[in-house]
Amino acid sequence: MSIVTIEKLCKTYYLGSMDLPVLRELDIQIEAGEYIAIMGPSGSGKSTLLNLLGCLDRPTTGCYYLGDQDVAQLDDNQLSAIRGKRIGFIFQSYNLITQLNVIENIQIPMFYQGTSEKDSSLRAQELAAMVGLSDRLNHRPAELSGGQQQRVAIARALANDPLILLGDEPTGNLDSKSGLEILDILDKLHQQGMTLIIVTHDEFVSKRAQRVIHLLDGRIERIEKKEIKK
Amino acid sequence: MFWFRIKRTVKLGAKSLWMHRLRSTLTALGVVFGVCSVISMLAIGEGASREAQDQIARLGSRNIILKSVKPVEERTATTEGDMVLSYGLTYSDTERIRETIPLVEQVIPKRLVTQDTWYRNRRLTVQVVGTVPWYQKVHPIRLLQGRFLSPLDMEYQQKVCVVDEQLIEQLFVVDDPMYKDIKIKDAYYYVVGVVTTAGPMASMDGSSASHTSSGAKATGGVAGNVYIPLTAYKSSFGEMTVQYTGGTRQAEKVELEEVTVMVDSTASVLPARDVIESLLNRFHKKKDYQIVVPLELLRQAARTKRIFSVVLGSIAAISLLVGGIGIMNIMLASVSERTREIGIRRAVGARRYDIIIQFLSETVMLTLAGGVIGIALGSLIPYLVTRFFQMPTVITGTSLLLSFGISGAIGVAFGMYPACRAAYLDPIESLRHE
Repeated sequence: MSIVTIEKLCKTYYLGSMDLPVLRELDIQIEAGEYIAIMGPSGSGKSTLLNLLGCLDRPTTGCYYLGDQDVAQLDDNQLSAIRGKRIGFIFQSYNLITQLNVIENIQIPMFYQGTSEKDSSLRAQELAAMVGLSDRLNHRPAELSGGQQQRVAIARALANDPLILLGDEPTGNLDSKSGLEILDILDKLHQQGMTLIIVTHDEFVSKRAQRVIHLLDGRIERIEKKEIKK
Repeated sequence: MFWFRIKRTVKLGAKSLWMHRLRSTLTALGVVFGVCSVISMLAIGEGASREAQDQIARLGSRNIILKSVKPVEERTATTEGDMVLSYGLTYSDTERIRETIPLVEQVIPKRLVTQDTWYRNRRLTVQVVGTVPWYQKVHPIRLLQGRFLSPLDMEYQQKVCVVDEQLIEQLFVVDDPMYKDIKIKDAYYYVVGVVTTAGPMASMDGSSASHTSSGAKATGGVAGNVYIPLTAYKSSFGEMTVQYTGGTRQAEKVELEEVTVMVDSTASVLPARDVIESLLNRFHKKKDYQIVVPLELLRQAARTKRIFSVVLGSIAAISLLVGGIGIMNIMLASVSERTREIGIRRAVGARRYDIIIQFLSETVMLTLAGGVIGIALGSLIPYLVTRFFQMPTVITGTSLLLSFGISGAIGVAFGMYPACRAAYLDPIESLRHE
């Protein structure tokens, strides 16, 4: 059983008199532990696809199986639960809460699953250590560099031990050095068995992936398979 | 686990309010003023109403008070030679009332006259009340020293008297009034007791209101009452009070100035009143008496108080409404400012109701805090009013609880819309915001 199965997935935006189809009948299967990159020009639908995979949005038609569960037509409460428990998401602009410090930011997903303060605090510290931020636990995002903020975001995404980790241009706002650090962390996670699906413009990123799905005008243009290095 | 989530969310809301202290304070001010004014106004109103009801209750809710009044037609002076005008209540009236109406428990006849009285070389204008020993059963006077008039005094026409406490200082200065002699008209009366008409709710500055025999507040000129036996009164002042109108050789004769009738229960008051009225009408040709029913006054006072409360309540409701709208406005702005944060929380697993609870709890905490401060201020103001204006005020527990509950309700009512707005934002749009 694949960890992600998409069948005939369509997403159309209805804007008054015009219909805007963004994704047209996509079929994709992703196995557990794969490292997938999604590339394509602007307007190809990559972000839309990622939002659907992340359950932030619902498809117009088609199926989306996450594990063995069809999440395509779940209601808002159920989708929220899946977002919290099964999916980790990192964004180009990090999306941390500025009034909270590092530990509190990492704890947020656990808070919404009812984890106790003690347990969530412990796990947050573990995750912070894993991304190399043990010495900055009480800092606010404003006091951190871009690379450090993205590391907090990764720790937060892993808080509830998700099935898949999604990234929308995670290195887009970072300089090349920080970007490489982030990619190294992602590599490490992949080696530990995490399924990664990263949308990117960056060739460097796509080089580290096992499969690259190229989108064009809402359809799959081609799929590149790569030899696993290392 | 569910409660833990709510508790954490509420803590989150509190932290957010604290971080914007100034804004939170200004927002809550509406509720503070609303609650404060509700409590102060209700307290002042309650105080005034209770004072009024107290005074009326002191007349006795089971009493019917009959007063002799000069008939209207005869009020203008005529110059038709000698005329003696007899009017008012008579002893026969009291007999009839006592004998024919079974509901009646007591009938107290009273003679009243304003008279100078002397102690040694001090003179004081008082109201002399000639009455019977069971006067005490009907009027709420409290014996402070000695005794009241007794049946033996009546039988032997003893010249004894009981004085009002409030005239002691003016007449006796520092002397103890007990067992002294005072001079009324041409006779000496021996003081056997001291009474006061102060009820349990004397006005706040400690002085008891000065009352005439029928319980109404005494107008200027009379320092208080001196009670003497009715029989002694008759022997000093005659069977009837005769007043000569200057220059016209006309006289007015009144047998009894006042009669107080006490019935067996408050339910009997109005029926008895009707019977008394028809009884007197039959034997009096002119309308030379007046009936005062304290129970009716009490009910009237209660009605007035209800109207007063409704008016005050409406004013307070409007001010709270305005405060609530202000709060809703601020919360909507707050939601707008935090659109991105809402999107992030939704993206990591927050359900709609998590967001609702977060923002709703912020609003409710604001209004409850405002309510508490309003209650504190609202309790202070009546105290100051009483202290500096000598007006009685009463803060009831009900008004405090009610205000607290209403401030909570306002928080929920006006916080719901902004909270729902926040919860139903689209996560993707919110993440793109700003």
